[in-house]
Amino acid sequence: MAEKANPQRAFLEVSDLSVQFPTEDGIVRAVDGVSFAIERGKTLAIVGESGSGKSVTAQAVMGLINKRNADVSGEVIFDGEDLVAMPEEGLRKLRGNKMAMIFQDPMSSLHPFYRIGDQLTEAVNAHEKVSKASARDRAIEMLHKVGIPAPAKRFDDYPHQFSGGMRQRVMIAMALINSPSLLIADEPTTALDVTVQAQIIELISQLQREFDTAVILITHDLGIVAHVADEVAVMYGARVVESGSVDDIFYHPQMPYTLGLLASIPRLNQVHGDRLDPIPGNPPSPLRLPAGCVFNPRCGYQDRVTGDLCQTQRPALESVGAGHRVRCHLPATERQAVAELVLSALGRSSA
Amino acid sequence: MSNLIGPVISAEAALRVTDLRTYFPVRSKGLFPKTVGQVKAVDGVSFSVQPGQTLGLVGESGCGKSTTGRSVLRLVEPTSGRIEFDGLDVTEMSSKEMVPIRRKAAMIFQDPYNALNPRHTVGAIIGAPFAVQGVKPPGGVRKAVQELMERVGLNPEHYNRYPAEFSGGQRQRIGIARAVALKPKFIVCDEPVSALDVSIQAQVINLLRDLQDDFGIAYLFIAHDLAVVRQISHHVAVMYLGQVMELATREDLYSRPLHPYTHALLSAIPIPDPRAQRQREHIMLSGDLPSPAAPPLGCVFHTRCFQAQDICAVEKPEIIEFEPGHKVACHFPIVEFLGTAPITGPDPGLTKQTGAAGEDRGSNDLIREIGTDYGAAPNTPIDPGPAIWR
Repeated sequence: MAEKANPQRAFLEVSDLSVQFPTEDGIVRAVDGVSFAIERGKTLAIVGESGSGKSVTAQAVMGLINKRNADVSGEVIFDGEDLVAMPEEGLRKLRGNKMAMIFQDPMSSLHPFYRIGDQLTEAVNAHEKVSKASARDRAIEMLHKVGIPAPAKRFDDYPHQFSGGMRQRVMIAMALINSPSLLIADEPTTALDVTVQAQIIELISQLQREFDTAVILITHDLGIVAHVADEVAVMYGARVVESGSVDDIFYHPQMPYTLGLLASIPRLNQVHGDRLDPIPGNPPSPLRLPAGCVFNPRCGYQDRVTGDLCQTQRPALESVGAGHRVRCHLPATERQAVAELVLSALGRSSA
Repeated sequence: MSNLIGPVISAEAALRVTDLRTYFPVRSKGLFPKTVGQVKAVDGVSFSVQPGQTLGLVGESGCGKSTTGRSVLRLVEPTSGRIEFDGLDVTEMSSKEMVPIRRKAAMIFQDPYNALNPRHTVGAIIGAPFAVQGVKPPGGVRKAVQELMERVGLNPEHYNRYPAEFSGGQRQRIGIARAVALKPKFIVCDEPVSALDVSIQAQVINLLRDLQDDFGIAYLFIAHDLAVVRQISHHVAVMYLGQVMELATREDLYSRPLHPYTHALLSAIPIPDPRAQRQREHIMLSGDLPSPAAPPLGCVFHTRCFQAQDICAVEKPEIIEFEPGHKVACHFPIVEFLGTAPITGPDPGLTKQTGAAGEDRGSNDLIREIGTDYGAAPNTPIDPGPAIWR
């Protein structure tokens, strides 16, 4: 099974990943043909609103989707191995070892009845045969690394004895205790206050540099994306609608949804008038994704596309520059005109 | 009294709060619990909100901003202090006496899922204030409710639907329609957009502003997101551990903050602009919020403050009017913050528009030109407010 890593291949390469859940009300297309790649030491941010499929994408990469009640197709090539085809046994060896995940809510992802020290050493023992004492040493060292004061004393505390920010640090310690090469952080700071959020984001980047970890950061906060991401994938309606470098997405966005998102967030350094410019309407239900382009019911630029392409044909993810891809029917010139229009209203030009 | 915010002048403020304190008792365990301590959730807070204006109340979780909002509406009993609606002291009123007052004041809640009764139709929910207050609108309740639904951007034909049939943003619109049903003078908005997606947040913020313009409603807008607060507020108060640390016009608070905590908060918020974000200097606060049951002595912020000196651990700084209209509770307010500028490099267009906005403030111009602005929009259509702050 373990074919050697192809040097041409990215460290993690996801291609045409789809996840469907059959339900009583019909098929929920949670993820629909998602592709992206990421190298070690880099951060990929997956941005999207609730229901856009970003969390399910992450779970599918980790092999956390129960295949008995979902259809997973496509490829997830992680260091040369396909995780979609891999049996559960193999995945279990990787999870918590070579790849790890941090969840949004640190209270519900730590076991309330076990001391955090036991939960941390369990993560070590699951993958390595080490003595109790050395597992303990490693756990304490890790707690120290994530900035928990008096780690040897806190080792015997229960999760409820920690504050939200400290619990998230424990989660990070647990995720990184086996020095994973891939870390998926699913809204790691959403439940935290801004000053604590800044600490946690800094901590993740610092540990990322130390362990040369590839980080997939799932978030809805474009401020955090601007702060830490190297690459960005914007998801909407179960698909990636635009992807590229962080500068591509913030300074040369081309997809109307990305533009709408940028225009609708209040920002501290906003220079345009005082009113926000929201995207009209609501995000689609994954049960009833619109035909054609998923964004077409809320898009204001369909009149610039000839015929009813937007309503009938699914646009392909088209390359518009080195590493920058867009899923939109607008002709290239129109797309740039639209981008120019929105960005100038935002007070900066795309140049 | 030096800790009064805003000189006591006309009685016309839609809401005036003076030295409000709300303490919760901490009881010992056992069969006969004794009160062993107090959580000072709100500890000596004063502010006022003018008709048709918004006071933003920001702070991290546990700082007492929600308790302040609830105490103001007497949903939580304040321990001491004075609350006036429209010049009328409501602090000591019985719940019966409060009934007619509640027509003038409403609340919008954070969680649009739990704030609506799932077994009531939208029509019944929005119509409830009419029933409770015995108000008979001309043309009947149903017509009034449908007009409200239309006004907040809901389809009036959905009158008989249940909350579960609506999305989060639409549910928040239902909550807003209910709050404005009796044309209140004052609404407490407790994190009204934090549970919503970004593209929906903007819709709801715009709606709240339109309603304010149309009906002249005053808002106490409670939020943790400083960017959202900036979008809607005329004045902003920053709270920390039950106390107001800084209170100023929006302009002043975002472009010339004085309190170290405000600096830290502003610099902790990542800006959705990668280049500006990379160039910013970050003030990293150490540690977590201390427990409100055992707040630090002296200045409550001194344990995390990067400016703290010996006196801060001993003596509590009173909130003073440091500059006209700009109040701060700090022994060492940051006047010269040129070195810790969070955003360097002026945005395109920022310097261009400076002339029009900075007319009345020479010193501000200087700050803007060298690009150390926290980013208050210079061409602001929001009037910083009447002279109560001066």
